[in-house]
Amino acid sequence: MKRRDLFGLAAALTVTTSLAGPLAAQDALKIGAVGPKTGPLAGGAAVTFWPNVQLWAHDVNEAGGIDVGGTKRMVEIIEYDDQTNPGETIKAVQRLATQDEADFILAPYGTGLNIASAPIFERYGYPMVTHTAISDQIEDLSGKFPNMYFLLGGATGLAGGVVDVLSQMREAGEIGSNVAMVNVADAFGIELAEAARPQFEEAGFEIIYDSSYPLGTQDLSPVINGAKDANPDAFVAWSYPPDTFGLTEQAQIAGLAPKAFYTAVATAFPAYAGRFGAAAEGVLGAGGVFADGDAFKDYAARHEAVTGAKPDFWASAPAYASFQILQQAIEGAGTTDKAAVAEYIANNDFDTIIGPITWDDNNANAEYWTVGQWQGGVFKGVASTGREGAVPAQPKTGWE
Amino acid sequence: MSLTKRDWQSITLSAVLLAVAACLPLTGDAYMLSIGITIAMYAVLATSWALFSGPTHYISLATAAFFGLGTYTTAIGIENGLNYWVTLPIAAILGAVLAALVGLATLRLSGVYFVIFTLGLAELVRQVVTWGQNVSGQKGLYVLTDITEVHIYWQLLVLAGIVYLTGWAIGRSRLGFALRIIGDDEEVARHSGINTSRAKILLFMVSGATAAVVGSMLAPRYIYIEPALAFTPMLSFLVVIMALLGGTGRLWGPLVGVIPFTLLWEAISASFPNQTTLLLGLSFLVIVYLLPRGFVGLIESSKRKLREREAFA
Repeated sequence: MKRRDLFGLAAALTVTTSLAGPLAAQDALKIGAVGPKTGPLAGGAAVTFWPNVQLWAHDVNEAGGIDVGGTKRMVEIIEYDDQTNPGETIKAVQRLATQDEADFILAPYGTGLNIASAPIFERYGYPMVTHTAISDQIEDLSGKFPNMYFLLGGATGLAGGVVDVLSQMREAGEIGSNVAMVNVADAFGIELAEAARPQFEEAGFEIIYDSSYPLGTQDLSPVINGAKDANPDAFVAWSYPPDTFGLTEQAQIAGLAPKAFYTAVATAFPAYAGRFGAAAEGVLGAGGVFADGDAFKDYAARHEAVTGAKPDFWASAPAYASFQILQQAIEGAGTTDKAAVAEYIANNDFDTIIGPITWDDNNANAEYWTVGQWQGGVFKGVASTGREGAVPAQPKTGWE
Repeated sequence: MSLTKRDWQSITLSAVLLAVAACLPLTGDAYMLSIGITIAMYAVLATSWALFSGPTHYISLATAAFFGLGTYTTAIGIENGLNYWVTLPIAAILGAVLAALVGLATLRLSGVYFVIFTLGLAELVRQVVTWGQNVSGQKGLYVLTDITEVHIYWQLLVLAGIVYLTGWAIGRSRLGFALRIIGDDEEVARHSGINTSRAKILLFMVSGATAAVVGSMLAPRYIYIEPALAFTPMLSFLVVIMALLGGTGRLWGPLVGVIPFTLLWEAISASFPNQTTLLLGLSFLVIVYLLPRGFVGLIESSKRKLREREAFA
């Protein structure tokens, strides 16, 4: 408590654009933010989650605050580190609800941490618009937690997007039907590989090399060499951030250069292009955005100006959009009553930086980006389940 | 074995304290309850850890392996239609079996070999689970039940009661006596005709089974179970640190470490969300330098000083 009193005092004394804003703290809406600052997911959260919390608070306060039934109210962010530990996430959300008496709480970061804290959000009636939860059990979850919403999409869609993109490239005569597929032996990688196998088969692709590697593998040369020996037309890796980088690097060294080269998580990170430069050109990856759209361009410019870092080309914009939905719902309901805001979210469509959002029967956003490609230094969306602005995928021309 | 008046006193006192603790949910404060669960969870884990490691001085870093095993037992059990209550004893048995296997393989070794092996064990079990998922194509598991935090809290308290009774009974038994001798000098123990490996393995099984049941009980709280969350090595380290902070010489020792440590950790997390790890490291240093024998050592040496002062007066 003391810390926040001091914070409010400092904010009142100094004219800054800090998170609390120049307004006295008692008028501000208290918004809780829980995410990993330490632990295995801290790296991803530092790219995708925390900068957007900062940017959103900045944008709201710069505009004079959130309009609650005619009164403009600034937002004050209360941040907690959950150490990538579900027990800590639960405790932190509990603390926000009962000790800090937060008006609203932003959804945490990552599938497991979101689901672990869902009962607490539910108990206190906080609406929960998740931005980084990918699950194949959305139906069960939204049935049990009616205030839980899903923005980022599902594994079947992500895998299906890749199959679609490769099918189109094959129709255009750019690649053949032989696919080398590898996956990291961890939750997300396993789920995607499992979802992709039947879809590839159905589309008439032959998986001529199918392998997996443990999470945290340092030496990925056997994986890449195995794929290279199979001489595939397309290489698909359901990978996590460290191995996305490792596989790309190893493919360059070994000279594995098919016309379609796909790595999953973190291909959409600005750091990927930063590391590989021109060689990243033509690499396909999970996610994507309408990179040429004004909404994203404007958002990316503000993101860089306020946080000093570029947004990623996948979950960053949905994370920001999930905060926008909360904001629009508070303004639409005209009150900070959680039940009224939750009801507003359930019954309305939203216009966000990733475009219009409509909920399906399971409280999920059915239209999301699935595949993107580095083209001209920008990771552009090439496939989605209904978003506009996709550009055609181009064949990759080596690593030069 | 007959119970003395003092035994009855301590049993009554413990029962009263447990009953008082069981009233926590009646305050209706959900925040206190979530801290209560953390305290109860670590109290059970640290006490059962100290049952084995206290007398034998074998530092085990395998808590996460047993905890994760229990978590997965419940998750897989419920997914296959088993009743939640059935999964608890299954987890206990699996935990004991794993502990027996590990014990047979390693407890003949001593010192640092054992520490390293137990640290690796959690990673080993985690990799096996991950491999199993990769082969079967199954990913994270969902434990969707109607069990609330209050239920979990009460279950943990009951388990704590069982652990204290077990520890108390072991302390009075031939097994407990054998373990104390092993802790003082294993060579002497062996020459006195004590089957040292058997004694150590039995205790390790008690400790492993308890940690597995704690994992089972926590599974409905986490809802989504994946290897990285169930087998986090941080858990093993926290258990050891809390037990050492309290002191392992007495049955109630770990508890007096768990409560202040959990509250301190909560205060750090709430007030300095950006420096948790740094402050955790600093508190470790303070504990090691200022409280080498834990709170138990502190309490007992101040008791002794008090007695001495009285004697001189």
